[in-house]
Amino acid sequence: MSLTTAHSVVAPSANSKLIAGTIIVAYALISIVPLLWIFATSFKTPPDSIAYPPKIVFQPSLEGYCNLFTTRTRQTPEYINSLGPATGLCDETVRKRNMVIAGPSNFMPRFVNSLIIAFGSTFCAVFLGTLSAYGFSRFKVPLADDLLFFILSTRMMPPIAVAIPIYLMYRELGLSDTALGMILLYTAVNVSLAVWLLKGFIDEIPREYEEAAMIDGYTRLQAFWRTVLPQATTGIAATAIFCLIFAWNEYAFAALLTSGTAQTAPPFIPTIIGEGGQDWPAVAAGTTIFLVPILVFTILLRKQLLRGITFGAVRK
Amino acid sequence: MLNRTADSVARATPEPLARKVRGISDKGLAWLFISPTILLLLAINIFPLFWAIYLSFTNYRANRPNEVVKNVGLANYKRILGDQDIWIAMQTTAHFVFWTILLQTLIGFTLAWLIDRKFRGHAFWTTIILVPMMLSPAVVGNFWRFLYEPQIGLFAYAISFVSGIPPTDIQMLSNVSLAPWSIIIVDTWMWTPYVMLICLAGLRSIPEYIYEAAEVDRASNWRQFWSITLPMALPFIMLAVLFRGIENFKMFDMVNLLTGGGPGSTTEVASITLKRQAFESWRTGYSSAFAIILFVAVFGLANIYVKALNKVKQR
Repeated sequence: MSLTTAHSVVAPSANSKLIAGTIIVAYALISIVPLLWIFATSFKTPPDSIAYPPKIVFQPSLEGYCNLFTTRTRQTPEYINSLGPATGLCDETVRKRNMVIAGPSNFMPRFVNSLIIAFGSTFCAVFLGTLSAYGFSRFKVPLADDLLFFILSTRMMPPIAVAIPIYLMYRELGLSDTALGMILLYTAVNVSLAVWLLKGFIDEIPREYEEAAMIDGYTRLQAFWRTVLPQATTGIAATAIFCLIFAWNEYAFAALLTSGTAQTAPPFIPTIIGEGGQDWPAVAAGTTIFLVPILVFTILLRKQLLRGITFGAVRK
Repeated sequence: MLNRTADSVARATPEPLARKVRGISDKGLAWLFISPTILLLLAINIFPLFWAIYLSFTNYRANRPNEVVKNVGLANYKRILGDQDIWIAMQTTAHFVFWTILLQTLIGFTLAWLIDRKFRGHAFWTTIILVPMMLSPAVVGNFWRFLYEPQIGLFAYAISFVSGIPPTDIQMLSNVSLAPWSIIIVDTWMWTPYVMLICLAGLRSIPEYIYEAAEVDRASNWRQFWSITLPMALPFIMLAVLFRGIENFKMFDMVNLLTGGGPGSTTEVASITLKRQAFESWRTGYSSAFAIILFVAVFGLANIYVKALNKVKQR
């Protein structure tokens, strides 16, 4: 082996690249099978979904989506024949099973709750987090390390343990099963992540910009607004997406503290049942609709992922 | 006009005075920026925590708010330490934490090590592998119940296809010895990418010249792996292990949806026991005491975690 060659002596050989590539591709393909199966099941009819052996090729149907958005009642064929022509695709699909649509299901309201609570808490957490992160990044705060540890440790608490006193407190304050209560709670959980992540991003912005702005006569607050914030946009956006994903996916608090009006989608989806037990195509349809936004965000975030999952400690 | 005069006055005055003229002092601003966060955490985390500490010394039951609350001293804590069910739950939790972390670290590190060969298309496939980690453990875990169905489920079908065991015999969720593994498998599927991503950062932080020097010294690949790669990536691996350890110690979503703690109590981890005591048996005082014990354990782990974070940061 000669050390004078232009390429690195430690670069992996073509052969080792081939083996590594094969194993990784195989792992990736196997690991996304469950997700592809969710997607496929959402387009199956209930009999197809529980066929043995599991059907890989099937006639696609929208029955799962119809069942997800509606509630239905069983009727006699005579009654169904006495009705006028079907008013839509779902109506037609449902009638083939001797059912009529009774009304909308709870999925839409639960999905809207998820949106309101996730976006509301993300906005609050990022707002508070940006201010605190700037404070910790630029000023000498007494006991800064202890405060930062305190902030992080609140996120590490077991949710069930936190839920017991929160349940009692919300009952006293009338915040049980309200969107406001859930927004406050998720803000408190997410603000720790927001502070840690944003502190990392703001630390990376050179102080010289603000100092120059302040020499030009800006106050500290103006300098923060005009020079720091615009440069932290990427960091703020990435942090917001991480907060959004957490609030969107959260289950334990939602399952224990909401039951009706403020219930979010994660505790609702497992309760979707059909006539003989769980209606798997409808569950799969709900799961698909629920997962798509996260897939999009994951792809947008892929360069910042590492930072997000390590509270900003590991950067690349 | 007025503004400009104010500005020139401000610029001519000495620095500390200038700050006052311009508005709030830096110190005031720092507190103005930080205090809303601290206040929110005090209200939503710390106040309830103290309430829980108070309740842990009482026999309060949340479903009987009108009953007289009695102070029982340390009785709840004593009962927990002598409660067989709690000890079994702690052992179940330890069992889960051990196996999930072992599997995730082994598979995650191996994947990272392979991805680090930088074959063509590695970035794309890495993104694909990362997807499960971002999804809701509850929603996806719920769907695994379908995959685990004995006959119609894809998982059971695939296993019986490979092993020849009849698919009706693969009762992942209702068989006492398989149920814990059903949860370990889903957790490993979901969180191996997390360990992988951190390990990959660790591997990429090793400067190439070290390997070049090792090549010059004719160190074997095996030797290079054990004396360069592994020790230098170790702080990152430890970080991943610690974080997964804390998270899996609190494991709730998946267990609650997959098995609900069953069959019997074979998969009843600490969080499930806590939920049953607090929200089904309504033994609020007793479960608060258990919650406090879990807090202390997680707090200790979190302390170690933050030290590890700072160590990695210094690299």
